[in-house]
Amino acid sequence: MIKKSFLIVCRRAPYGESYAREALDVALACAAFDQPVAMLFLGDGVLQLSAAQHGAAIGQKSHATQLSALPLYDIETLYVDAQALQARQLDSTDLVLPVQVLAAAEISALFATHDIVLGF
Amino acid sequence: MTTFALMVLGAPLSTQSAHTALAFAQAAVSAGHRIMRVFFYHDGVYCANALAIPPTGETSIAARWSELAQAQQIDLVVCVASAVKRGLLDSDEAKRHQKGTGNIQPGFELSGLGQWVEACLLADRVVTFGA
Repeated sequence: MIKKSFLIVCRRAPYGESYAREALDVALACAAFDQPVAMLFLGDGVLQLSAAQHGAAIGQKSHATQLSALPLYDIETLYVDAQALQARQLDSTDLVLPVQVLAAAEISALFATHDIVLGF
Repeated sequence: MTTFALMVLGAPLSTQSAHTALAFAQAAVSAGHRIMRVFFYHDGVYCANALAIPPTGETSIAARWSELAQAQQIDLVVCVASAVKRGLLDSDEAKRHQKGTGNIQPGFELSGLGQWVEACLLADRVVTFGA
């Protein structure tokens, strides 16, 4: 079967817009088709992983809970932009899943090493 | 000759991406390439709205996509989850939820993300518009 490596790039915060949930659905669909998938969180996208989120307070399912399905689908390669975390005064211990924190140059390299890059 | 899979995420009128995607598809076809599938996701599902009435003298984007798809045998697939939550229902979904007769432009089909993943695997190039 054809296999292509997918990089799902998430740049937006959860809840206010539906991109976060839709990006996750694409990642899960790729995994369901046995395709290697990695996710990259940039800018406000890092907020999707924050442990300090309370979707119930605004009548929505917690996005962090939705993301915790990723390991069940064998999606374990999660990259986070170091600068995005720093700008939001977060570090990897504030996040709900284990991540690799990357510097800008390392992030650029990711785009070259994946067959298909989808941004949300 | 290159085969393309396109994803459209922007709604017509609110964003340019829906229109750029159509223009890209038309240009690609004129240049001898093939668009194997267009997948409408996020607000892009609004491109399939049969109830959108364009201003006088203009053709609706839904009709323009449908016309191109018919002429070039392009699959126009609308993500069923994204569509239903935005009020775009085909006749089956409309019946299931008891909401009238449906409003999807003929030529578009509601289906799942599996269609998008398959298109990514089969096409030479993948291009996304609007996110």
